Amino acid sequence: MTRDEVILAIKDIIETIAPDEELDSLDVDERLRDQIELDSMDFLDIVMELRKRYGVQVPEEDYKELASLTSCADYLGPKLENVELKVGV
Amino acid sequence: MSTESNAPSPNGDEASQPKMLTTKSNPWGSRHGKVPQKKNFLEGVKDEYDVVVIGSGLAGITAANILGRSGKSVLLLEQHFKIGGLATWFKRPGGHIFDVSLHGFPIGMKKTCRKYWSQEIADRIVQLDKVTFDNPQFSFDTSFTREDFTDKLVTEFGLEREAVEGFFKHLRKMDFFDDSNMTTGELFEQFFPGRNDVHRLLMEPISYANGSNLDEPAITYGIVFSNFMSKGVYTFVGGTDGLLDMMRAELRKNGVDYRTRVQVDEIQVADGQVTGVVATGGSTTMAIRARAVLSNANLKTTILKLVDPSHFRPEFVEEVEAIRLNNSSCQVYMGIRAGESIPFVTDLLFTSTRKEFQSHSLSDLHGESRTFSFYYPKGRPEMEEQRYTIVASTNARFEDWKDMDEEQYEANKQQLCEETLAHLETYVPGIRSKIDYVEASTPRSFEFYTQHQTGSSFGTKFEGLQPSMNLHLELPGLFHAGSVGIIMSGWLGAANYGVIQANKVDAYLFQRAETQQA
Ligand SMILES: Cc1cc2nc3c(=O)[nH]c(=O)nc-3n(C[C@H](O)[C@H](O)[C@H](O)COP(=O)(O)OP(=O)(O)OC[C@H]3O[C@@H](n4cnc5c(N)ncnc54)[C@H](O)[C@@H]3O)c2cc1C
Repeated sequence: MTRDEVILAIKDIIETIAPDEELDSLDVDERLRDQIELDSMDFLDIVMELRKRYGVQVPEEDYKELASLTSCADYLGPKLENVELKVGV
Repeated sequence: MSTESNAPSPNGDEASQPKMLTTKSNPWGSRHGKVPQKKNFLEGVKDEYDVVVIGSGLAGITAANILGRSGKSVLLLEQHFKIGGLATWFKRPGGHIFDVSLHGFPIGMKKTCRKYWSQEIADRIVQLDKVTFDNPQFSFDTSFTREDFTDKLVTEFGLEREAVEGFFKHLRKMDFFDDSNMTTGELFEQFFPGRNDVHRLLMEPISYANGSNLDEPAITYGIVFSNFMSKGVYTFVGGTDGLLDMMRAELRKNGVDYRTRVQVDEIQVADGQVTGVVATGGSTTMAIRARAVLSNANLKTTILKLVDPSHFRPEFVEEVEAIRLNNSSCQVYMGIRAGESIPFVTDLLFTSTRKEFQSHSLSDLHGESRTFSFYYPKGRPEMEEQRYTIVASTNARFEDWKDMDEEQYEANKQQLCEETLAHLETYVPGIRSKIDYVEASTPRSFEFYTQHQTGSSFGTKFEGLQPSMNLHLELPGLFHAGSVGIIMSGWLGAANYGVIQANKVDAYLFQRAETQQA
């Protein structure tokens, strides 16, 4: 996955968790929480989906790395380098 | 089974006395459904699963559902003959269906059901039309939204709007990592000094919702109140039976193997990790292997009874022994005769005849405070008959009930029914003549049906949270999900906690698979 694909992957997961949110206009550098309604349970769902879809484990102490799309790409990029994007699963 | 009430009727009409039905056969509650079974309720159960879930309360089934949905093989074992734990209902002669814990929950349950169950379940969650408070200090109806509560605190209690908003803001900011030792009572004193009436309004609903009182850490109040006090109080249309029907269908769809009437006797451990359970289902006892076990039984039961304590550090066992349990409940279930109706009064009534608020008195034996939940045909629209029931609830202490002999026990239940009917009569005059079924449950009933020690309705006090969350660090493969630490209780708290712990189970299984591959 490229950086852009990591962001796509995250957006695709968020879409299943928060189907009513508008994701196209998200600012990649801003905290997700400040732009759309995501609570701590939603972040847990993102973690579970990442594990299920891409076999990537995000330990609790790293949950904060998922704050914005940019930080997601920074943190997950290296872990997902050799993993293929799956959208709409 | 029936005993006639001897108490005088306030309207002096003997013929209109409702029949008092209380279970007399066993001082510890009815044995209905618990007779030893000749059948094998474990028939077809496999020798091995990824996860065994012990107990089918909302935390247990929600965890089982999402683990099953993500492809794990899951076995869910429940000792009772119904799935749901305290989220339950029962039928009684006369066509009555009584809901036990469907009084109301926060809006968050809608999202939780959508994400972890189904859109159809979420769609059935609707707001209560009316919540009412009535006591010697204040009386009014409210939508129980933040706006309306703020208005009430300003208009009815004469507080400054800024002070009220500041308080709500402060609550929302409190988080889990808040290390202040302040109690809820101290928090109230800080914001609203000397205002016993305000403290009553703020505390009473939460005490009923989770058994907490003014002595708990303020953080527990902040979290629970902020959840509740946002967009009103919600209920499920279709009754608890309807909800559990839908949930069972989801469990089946997601491949969860669930069994009722199966008692888990023991959690097995080898080489410092959990290896499975021993369970009895009617005529059969069997060992079932599992990579992980998630227990929805009470935290203390899980650690101190289901596991051999020698598998834990002695300090951990000591810590767990010292955890205090929350209080229990009493309820009075009243059924309106078929064909009769009552006008809309309110959906949920918090009422007390006690002059001033005293936190602990909410659990008094024959106390002056209770809630009434009114169930109208709108709650079960699929039912052909238009039926009405009313359920009164109080908090209660197991100690008050545990030593009564059978006669005292019956007399106290009878008295509870009488007091409740008299109290109800003040809101719905003539109600006695419409009620044809009354039954009481006590802390003993709750203990009997859920096997929670001392009939604890809402798990443990705050100190139970850490040991529950970190259980797998003490004993790899063992997880706990169920009412605990005050904040993880109620329908929403339990269901969400099931998800939080299921995520840990999933991570553990993932890790194990990885290390085995390597
Ligand atoms: C009277 C009353 C009214 C309430 N009203 C409300 C309300 O209006 N709104 C709200 O949100 N909450 C309410 N609650 C609280 C809410 O019902 C509970 O917090 C929640 O349902 C608890 O879920 P749980 O997952 O902790 O497990 P529980 O419901 O406690 O279930 C645990 C299950 O484990 C089973 N079990 C235990 N040991 C074993 C074993 N060894 N083997 C097999 N099975 C076992 C038990 O039989 C039980 O089914 C109320 C509670 C009570 C008592």
